[in-house]
Amino acid sequence: MSTRFDRIVEDNAWCPGCGNFSILLHLKEALEEMGLDPLQCVVVSGIGQAAKTPQYMHVHMFNGLHGRALPVAQGLSVSNPSLTVIAEGGDGDMYGEGGNHFISAIRRNADIINIVHNNMVYGLTKGQASPTSQRGFKTPVQTQGVHVEPFNPIATAISLDASLVIRTFSGNKEHCKAMLKIAIEHKGYVLIDIFQPCVTFNKTNTFKWFKENVYVLPSDYNPEDKVKAFEKSLESHPFPIGVIYKSPQKGVLEDALRDESNIGSNPLYLHEVDFQRLNAEMDKYI
Amino acid sequence: MRSSVSVLIGGSAGQGIASIETLLTKGFKRGGFYTFSTKEFMSRVRGGSNTTLIRISDQPVNAPDFKVDIFVPLDTNAFFHAQERITNETFVVAKKGEYECDCVLYDYDLESLAKEIGNPIVSNTIAAAFIFGLLGCDGAVLREIVSEFYTDELLEVNLKALDIGTELARENGNCRYCIAPNSSMSPKNDLFLSGTDGVGFGAIAGGCNFISSYPMSPSTGVLTLLAKQSRNFGICVEQAEDEIAAFQMGLGVWYGGGRAITTTSGGGFALMGEGLSLSGITETPMVVYLAQRPGPATGLPTRTEQGDLELAIYSGHGEFPRIVLAPSDPKECFELTRKAFELADAYQVPVILMSDQYLADSYFTVERFEIDPISPVHHIVKTDPDYKRYLLTQEGISPRGIPGYGEGLVLVDSDEHTQEGFITESMSVRNEQHTKRLQKCLLIEKEAILPDVEADGDIAVVGWGSTKYIIKEAVERIADKRLSTVHFSWVYPLSESQLAPLQKAKRLIVVENNATGQFTKLLRLHGVSVDAQILKSDGLSFFVDELSEKIALLLKEIR
Repeated sequence: MSTRFDRIVEDNAWCPGCGNFSILLHLKEALEEMGLDPLQCVVVSGIGQAAKTPQYMHVHMFNGLHGRALPVAQGLSVSNPSLTVIAEGGDGDMYGEGGNHFISAIRRNADIINIVHNNMVYGLTKGQASPTSQRGFKTPVQTQGVHVEPFNPIATAISLDASLVIRTFSGNKEHCKAMLKIAIEHKGYVLIDIFQPCVTFNKTNTFKWFKENVYVLPSDYNPEDKVKAFEKSLESHPFPIGVIYKSPQKGVLEDALRDESNIGSNPLYLHEVDFQRLNAEMDKYI
Repeated sequence: MRSSVSVLIGGSAGQGIASIETLLTKGFKRGGFYTFSTKEFMSRVRGGSNTTLIRISDQPVNAPDFKVDIFVPLDTNAFFHAQERITNETFVVAKKGEYECDCVLYDYDLESLAKEIGNPIVSNTIAAAFIFGLLGCDGAVLREIVSEFYTDELLEVNLKALDIGTELARENGNCRYCIAPNSSMSPKNDLFLSGTDGVGFGAIAGGCNFISSYPMSPSTGVLTLLAKQSRNFGICVEQAEDEIAAFQMGLGVWYGGGRAITTTSGGGFALMGEGLSLSGITETPMVVYLAQRPGPATGLPTRTEQGDLELAIYSGHGEFPRIVLAPSDPKECFELTRKAFELADAYQVPVILMSDQYLADSYFTVERFEIDPISPVHHIVKTDPDYKRYLLTQEGISPRGIPGYGEGLVLVDSDEHTQEGFITESMSVRNEQHTKRLQKCLLIEKEAILPDVEADGDIAVVGWGSTKYIIKEAVERIADKRLSTVHFSWVYPLSESQLAPLQKAKRLIVVENNATGQFTKLLRLHGVSVDAQILKSDGLSFFVDELSEKIALLLKEIR
């Protein structure tokens, strides 16, 4: 299907068969089916193959630095809360280089969608371990296999009471698109960790491997039970996919900062300086 | 010749130096004296040994002397901490026998006197009243201020303390340091502002509506001030997880059309290097307040230095334009902070506003200046469907659009990019965009503020940033016709016209609060020949008496 989010791309940098293609497709279709306007959507990304996603879409783009998509996205969303802000990147970008921002972004609960392409390997730098690489995974750097515990983004997000925590798989089109829609619809921070194969550098966690190692959460699963959700987050081989955790209604950063500073809902570019008040405040220093 | 008196209060953190400072500075100013205060303190929340210097004069006074006229050590440590600042004419209020000094010792145990009236804490008020009286100042003024400051029982005991202090002064009323206010001019309606206050209010005037920072001395005062004023002026305040995020959030805000600032010191600024670089290539404006303290690394966290000029000028990978400003007093802090937002917005570059602990924490009597009530000019365009963020234009600036305002998309890329904003590896496009960015330097140089030049002597004493009034008064004190001063508050990029006053002088002496002469090196890069340097990097600011001696010594050699 064609969408208003399509862009004619002559030179895509991704390898043929890369999971990024399906995520890009699912995202564009999800945005289209939800009736969003490209002029109101911004994708903020860092560096990596996944971070190139906004280059291939018809949306506003801030393609910043490795690991730094989340703080830019939060600042942007505060400056203009009417925008739909997506912070998108890979597992190395969001969980490695940007790990500290990941923790704080969850705690701040800005109204942003954090899409993480999780292929358990570094692609752009050619095949080293990523924070989510499984133990024993051999690479040109981790020659005897990865010897550190893989980062568990789902468990981390739940422990920080993330507003919404989702995991899906790029190879399951219907599921992935449905999850993206839930994520976009949600007000507050959403982590959507998307398993995807890296066809070039990860010969262990292949399409087939992911397919065999995920299962869709049953319809009677209650994501609002935090302890159960935490249990789910620890399951592996197979990994559960779906809405894993949903925090009870909580306030978003944009509202908190706007309430504290008493500025209402206008975007910051409409801000005016109250010079009368400034004079009055400065007179207190006489 | 100005007449001035320097009063030094010493004590440990938590002993109430700040309350004496407040009473005295308010009292002196209301009493008609030009007042200046500065502090040096240790990096600890309790204990240690800290001092506050208050200098008053019948004329504007904006700089400290090292040697003091009156010294009130609140404990023994304070005495030893500051004993080098005592002369044989210094009037020291202290218990006799605990220490020896070749000075005028007034043997009073203020704490015991305070205990007698029921509260040892009010020894500070006794000291304030005593000093106030000894200088021949009108006691009624201090009474008025104490009454504004305290209520109920605390007011009662403080008024008693005030009477005791006043009586002590009367007993010793030799008026050694009696000073009369200037009859022709009065600072009563002037402001009493710190460098921190100047930056904070300047940011508000500049349309700042977002601040994200990680607290770090001595920059935190600006963060606190904007947080305090948040509701009055609509400023979103978010404490960042680190300085990297603080800067990046600011970029996100500017990208969305807001006006953000981040505040930090050298250590935090070092973490912002990649952010500066990102601001450079994406042409996203940003304002950073860099309040310096001595490094390397943690260095002397609560002290002062001008050691980060090169960091400010050269940090960030790759080549891109930036502006570095270094105001010299609270009024200039106000003006240049306001201007920093305009410049950042107009030229789509990072602007670094440099201060230091000395300027941030010093209070100056500032004439109540008019604030031009002109709303900030937002250099933002409404986009059309064909909008290109990095359009090549005649004037060299690509009009800046923001998401959600207009019909176009705003594509911003940290990679080298096409006019549309897409990643590219085309060498010709690289050359076009890189040249476009770097040529903004030429436009920026036209905006450069000329240095402040005083007197027309052939030997110019040159400085930048916070040292201005210390240098000016030191030169004034030497009263040698051969001297002039040239002071820079716009330090980067330097333009030809800014350097002209230096070409005119026969000899240049550069004064810097650092060990390696970073501004001298910058001047030399521009072909300016510097004859002598006066450098200081022990963690303290220069002092007028100290600096005038050093300049006088150099003058002998230069002859």
